[in-house]
Amino acid sequence: MVTGADPDGGVVLSHLSKSYGAVRAVRSLDLAIAPGETVALLGPNGAGKTTTIDMMLGLTRPDRGTISVFGLPPAKAVRAGWVGGMLQTGSPLDHLRVRELVALTASYYPAPLGLDDVLRLTGADAFAGQWTTKLSGGQAQRVRFAAALVGDPDLLLLDEPTAGIDVEGRRDFWQSMRDIARQGKTVVFATHYLEEADAYADRIVLIANGEVVADGPATEIKAQAASRTIRATLPDADAAALRLLPGVRAADRHGDAITVSCSDADTALRALLGTCPGVRDIEVRGGNLEEAFMQLTADKSDTAVNVMEATR
Amino acid sequence: MSSATHFRYEVLRVLRNRVFYAVTLALPLVLFFGVASGQRHATFSGTSFPLYFMTAMAVYGSMFAAVGPGARIARDISGGWTRQLRITPLRAPTDLAAKVASAYLMALPTLVLLYLAGAMLGVRLAASQWFEMTGLIVVGLVPFVVIGFVVGYLMPADALTPALGGIVVLFSLFGGVYGFELAKSGPMFDVMQALPSYWLVQAGKSVAVGGAWPGQAWLVIAAWTVVLVPISGFAYRRNAARA
Repeated sequence: MVTGADPDGGVVLSHLSKSYGAVRAVRSLDLAIAPGETVALLGPNGAGKTTTIDMMLGLTRPDRGTISVFGLPPAKAVRAGWVGGMLQTGSPLDHLRVRELVALTASYYPAPLGLDDVLRLTGADAFAGQWTTKLSGGQAQRVRFAAALVGDPDLLLLDEPTAGIDVEGRRDFWQSMRDIARQGKTVVFATHYLEEADAYADRIVLIANGEVVADGPATEIKAQAASRTIRATLPDADAAALRLLPGVRAADRHGDAITVSCSDADTALRALLGTCPGVRDIEVRGGNLEEAFMQLTADKSDTAVNVMEATR
Repeated sequence: MSSATHFRYEVLRVLRNRVFYAVTLALPLVLFFGVASGQRHATFSGTSFPLYFMTAMAVYGSMFAAVGPGARIARDISGGWTRQLRITPLRAPTDLAAKVASAYLMALPTLVLLYLAGAMLGVRLAASQWFEMTGLIVVGLVPFVVIGFVVGYLMPADALTPALGGIVVLFSLFGGVYGFELAKSGPMFDVMQALPSYWLVQAGKSVAVGGAWPGQAWLVIAAWTVVLVPISGFAYRRNAARA
């Protein structure tokens, strides 16, 4: 047992901040991940996902704040062999075959998994004799996955693991990933694919501009963040007045058309009919996660704060 | 366990870079036969020319071997492998130790081949003298291994080959490796004597006729090492911070 180890402590990020010059990549981010959880860090490009993962891997030093990986700072947890990572960039080592590269990586860990098992699990067994420099994108991704897994780490950190992979490759990857997660590993993956976060994570942490804007189970995020939208025709509408109606979160006007996004569409619609009898062509649409995502990450100033409070 | 496997693959990667390795081995041999076969009975710098030039070419080839890890470091950085290694339990000193060991492992065949070539052109030394000469070269190469690290961590991969090649050529030119000395006295000679490559070339003469490897040689090699090691540490940390 390593001094300071706390297997039940999970992974805790406290007040984490990191800037690159004037760009504030991560802003006072707080996140607690329980052991065994599969968490998706979901957000658009530039949201701070990679910086966050790099800090969890000990590759990047935070300006402020701390990270505890099962009780240890990231670099120490990595050294103890508790962490496996798939980075977004990086080509495998040259002049080696796939099997050799995975074997080499295994040799760094105190208690690695069986080489053949890992190759089979990740589907890399089909091209184990291939040179690492002669792989397709999908094959290279499997090799990187095998390298991340072979040390049998407790925490897997995957930075956009399926970027640039075709649909079939993605499905295979997540199938393997599910098998791994079932073994009780803690998995954190960054993605900007909503379907992936929705389908494969126990919990979605929505990140925008370096901050957590929503955090909870996929269903909850959908329910709370994916507001329904009322579209209608209302000549001479006053958008500011519409925003003050009960159940309304935001309102916009484009000519005679209004778009009202609601936290409670029923209440909002009654209020709208009551105050603006001239409203017509009314259409109420249920939001989906995609819309919630766009809405939350595009402008997190008011709505996001509401959602964040609501989900807590 | 981990260090043995890491070392094995480090060497394997060098050996599999066949063209590069073959050229590194062949170039000094070709130069040696090309230049020395016509001057088998000449004397140079107080010793026989074949002995001098054999040592010089052995040093030339082994300097390339010594800076070799620098080229791999730069390739590993540009390919992202260095970052990948940093998220495994492998410690940087283990990686560097494997690279140092591989550098010397690669330098040895060069030395042996040049010794054989020298023997073919009439160089005769006692077994103890061959070993002593090898020992001096092994020590004298230390600054070049460190130079490889510094350049590997600081230079982008595509600038690396000309950078390392240029450095070795300059050290060779001023060290008298090419079979002529730029000066025998004066300020230029002082510069030459301040270079580890100059003393490396004296290793053969030193074991054959003695007195060619004075305390100054140790001092120069030690000074270069003492200055370069912290620079390589800085270069390593700078790269780590950027990653």
